[in-house]
Amino acid sequence: MSILGNSVVRREDPAFLTVGGSYVEDLVLEGAVHLTYVRSIAAHARITGIDVGEARSAPGVVAVFTPADIEAMGSAPNVLPIFPEEMRRPFINGGTVRYVGEPIVAVLAETKAQAVDAAELVIVDYDVLPAVVDVEQSALDEVVLFPDVGSNVLSRMTSEGQADFSDCEVVVAERIVNQRLTAAPIETRSGAAWWTDDGRLVHYSACQGAHPTRDLLAKIFELPTEAVRVVVPDVGGGFGAKSRTYPEELIIGWYSRAVGRPVKWTETRSENVTAMPQGRGQIQYAKLGGTRDGLITAYQLDVFQDAGAYPIIGAVLAGMTQRMLTGTYEIRNVGFNATTVVTNKVSTTAYRGAGRPEAAVAIERMIDRYADEIGMDPAEVRRKNLVPRFTEPYTTGIGTVYDVGDYPEALRLALEGVGYDEVLAEQAARRNRSDRSLLGVGIGVYVEITAGGPGGEFGSVEFGPDGRLKVISGSTPYGQGHETTWAMIVADRTGVPMDLIDVIHGDTDQVERGGLTVGSRSVQLGGSAIAAATTQLVDQARSKAADMMEAAADDVVLDSETGAFHVVGSPAVSVGWDDLAASLVEPMYEFHDFTAEMPTFPCGAHVAVVEVDQDTGAAKLLRLVAADDAGTIMNPLLAEGQVHGGMAQGIAQVLLEEIVYDVDGNLLTSNFMDYSVISAMEVPSFEVIHLETPTWVNELGAKGVGESGTVGSIPAVYNAVIDAVSHLGVRHMEMPLSPEKVWRAMADASAE
Amino acid sequence: MIPVSFDYARAGSADEAIALLAEHGDEAKLMAGGHSLLPMMKLRLAYPAMVIDIERIADLSYINDGGDHLAIGALTRHRAIETSALVAEHAPLLAHATSQVGDPQVRHRGTFGGSLAHADAAADHPSVLLAMGGTVVAKGPGGEREIAAGDFFAGFLESSLAADEMITEIRIPKHTGGGWSFQKFNRRAQDWAIVGATVQRNNGSTQVALVNMHPTPIRAAAVEEALAGGASATDAAEQAHVGMEPSSDLNASVDFRNHLARVLVRRALNEAGID
Repeated sequence: MSILGNSVVRREDPAFLTVGGSYVEDLVLEGAVHLTYVRSIAAHARITGIDVGEARSAPGVVAVFTPADIEAMGSAPNVLPIFPEEMRRPFINGGTVRYVGEPIVAVLAETKAQAVDAAELVIVDYDVLPAVVDVEQSALDEVVLFPDVGSNVLSRMTSEGQADFSDCEVVVAERIVNQRLTAAPIETRSGAAWWTDDGRLVHYSACQGAHPTRDLLAKIFELPTEAVRVVVPDVGGGFGAKSRTYPEELIIGWYSRAVGRPVKWTETRSENVTAMPQGRGQIQYAKLGGTRDGLITAYQLDVFQDAGAYPIIGAVLAGMTQRMLTGTYEIRNVGFNATTVVTNKVSTTAYRGAGRPEAAVAIERMIDRYADEIGMDPAEVRRKNLVPRFTEPYTTGIGTVYDVGDYPEALRLALEGVGYDEVLAEQAARRNRSDRSLLGVGIGVYVEITAGGPGGEFGSVEFGPDGRLKVISGSTPYGQGHETTWAMIVADRTGVPMDLIDVIHGDTDQVERGGLTVGSRSVQLGGSAIAAATTQLVDQARSKAADMMEAAADDVVLDSETGAFHVVGSPAVSVGWDDLAASLVEPMYEFHDFTAEMPTFPCGAHVAVVEVDQDTGAAKLLRLVAADDAGTIMNPLLAEGQVHGGMAQGIAQVLLEEIVYDVDGNLLTSNFMDYSVISAMEVPSFEVIHLETPTWVNELGAKGVGESGTVGSIPAVYNAVIDAVSHLGVRHMEMPLSPEKVWRAMADASAE
Repeated sequence: MIPVSFDYARAGSADEAIALLAEHGDEAKLMAGGHSLLPMMKLRLAYPAMVIDIERIADLSYINDGGDHLAIGALTRHRAIETSALVAEHAPLLAHATSQVGDPQVRHRGTFGGSLAHADAAADHPSVLLAMGGTVVAKGPGGEREIAAGDFFAGFLESSLAADEMITEIRIPKHTGGGWSFQKFNRRAQDWAIVGATVQRNNGSTQVALVNMHPTPIRAAAVEEALAGGASATDAAEQAHVGMEPSSDLNASVDFRNHLARVLVRRALNEAGID
């Protein structure tokens, strides 16, 4: 029996749960200097003076660097070449700062505390400029962040067609806000760098991909890539926000060269919330039309995407929203427009879902609005409009090609799981008796795109004379459990026990090449590469085994249960991996670079049940039933873990979390007292239903599972809360659905 | 996240702590569980030059039966109060409210005296002290004095303790069998109350205190008067916001806090057996 599909406990966990992992901050570096930054307290200002005199003579200070000191380094490379050169972010900025938290001065001291104390002595003079915080206002260009570029508008996207509502019997429209969120990884951003005697730069980074960071460093320091070593040790989460290594970390090597000592940097939590790029930030104008009997005939979505001060990944996320525009529905008459702008806030980037929850929220909210308008059960409206089961590529109304999907079955399973009719009956009973505890049920049917970005992934396997299998993965984990999953895939194909399989990742000196762990791509790309390399290795081993048995290679098979090679039909005489190891002088090695023909499209249906206290507006999530289809599952324990975590973050967006800036661009939620990260106490025990429609896009049949929990849960919980109060006349509310917001919506509705 | 540098002394006894306070004056801060002081120091909102650690003064951690009251040592952990059979029997309101403080980690470190001395209107314990009519024993160079709950909370994050005094004991009158309730409204289990309402009935009178409705922990005098005048719980609760000056923040506006106070006081009165 294959080990794949079994809930194998993570081999990473014993260390994480006992002694802890080994993080960048844990590095013991002799003679290391600690770095901290003086960051802008103004959202938009010209810097007119920087006085570091007192800081330079403070106790323990090794060096203080101003923007003038590192001017020769220029600005950090653009994350994507499509952005204007003028919008590159300086490593430290002495000109015009554009967000609260932008680094201005670097302070290096013997201890972290001395660095922080000295940083307080740096005096920065600001000539404060008007800040543009509101996304829609930014598009008006009344205040321009980059005068040399001339406009805050980075891009305007327009789909080929636009929706025509002239034949619709019913049209509903809503403004929907996907608020900014912070990823809140347990480990804040962290990096350390030093130069070896032979002139190599060694950089340790808490990031989502060693090789992309290495390539950036090579470019910045004008070094051949082999002269840079990047190591990503254990990482305490990233959720997309660590997918790019940021300027204030990339420049650490420069400080190290300047002071001739290793330099360590770990930001504080307040710095992390303030200055690590954030997620979402999309304002939507959604319009949906159809017939009175529930057939959707038109859908238009126009969005404003907030890129923050310097464009990085957030600036292209509206493209993801466009690709997933119509979700799971058969709608042909559609249109999409996106205006992406810069604002005086920290940049936006990928955060769990990255552009897809936005699409799902818009369509799923509008379907509920439409169902409400025509007085039809929202489940029935969905059933009427869902794309039927398909196993061949399907092209949506906006032109996106999906691989496989069975949306009606996902919806059926989720509704059955929740006991939809019983919940509706209970809701009606409570309403009839004017119970102040209101019940709401919400549905989110979703499909999302995974491994949607460019590039493939590298994997290799090596079997040595010591009898151990070494797996090398280009995919860098930051909490996912790659080591367990890769060992399972290799064990499954070789019969070599998992404890003889070593997994190596996150070190550019040990791994030939690698990509980023983003977009739920690891299993489907990284896993597929390793699977293919393993198949090649087994072929090589079979030849050797055949030689040892004096048989023809074509006649020899591997019994992957026992790990023994034998001639077909004659299992009594066999060669095991032990025998092969004993015969080896050099290790056997195979590698594979897997590039998928197209992305995969995991899907599912979530149904949420909430209780809203009519007196206080407090919404409590009672149940969340999730039927998720991520194709073939390697390890249900890990897949469920991903779904659970994704759902917690989705629920958090609906009910709790929000980055708030005031009109001047000051961050009002700069720590965990003010930014309400969700905890286990605020989530119910999740009810997860598995549905497996394997994809044909990769040989594992796997689709991504890292973000689907977020994509599905947001619309489900969102719709549930509004459903709970819809009979009072409430049609829509903005996330997060705080008690006060719900209370006010109820009061406003009853006043009308 | 890194405090300004400070000197540190560990006091072995209350007298030693008081002597250190006298020596360092306004520059010094007592630290018990550290759950209020340390976050403020890490955010550099507080920067005492001297931190006097009183956490290990063992003889100030106790829960004793004082006859008509419970005598609780200032350094008694929340967790000890939450799980004490004596408290459960004689001060069930205190036991329950304590179980709602922060999360288990906080309750294992935080102390009763520390929470009261911080005098935070958003904290749970001050309202319990007010509703139960407890007293605080303060010790200074001149000896001990007993401060009634109503006189203890002097201003925003300010108690009536003198700079060289510390709390040594809290006295809670024994519950006489009257109804009680503690209603805490927050968005996350670990959070402070956005608003809280505390009710303790005792021999015919009803005391009502509010959490986070005023710069100081406060009794809801208008509610108590209405009740004394024979008002129903519903009518009395309508007075919950009267005389209050709550703050407005990201969690709640003044209007919403006033509304919550009315709702929570009504619920608390109902739960305490008043219709």
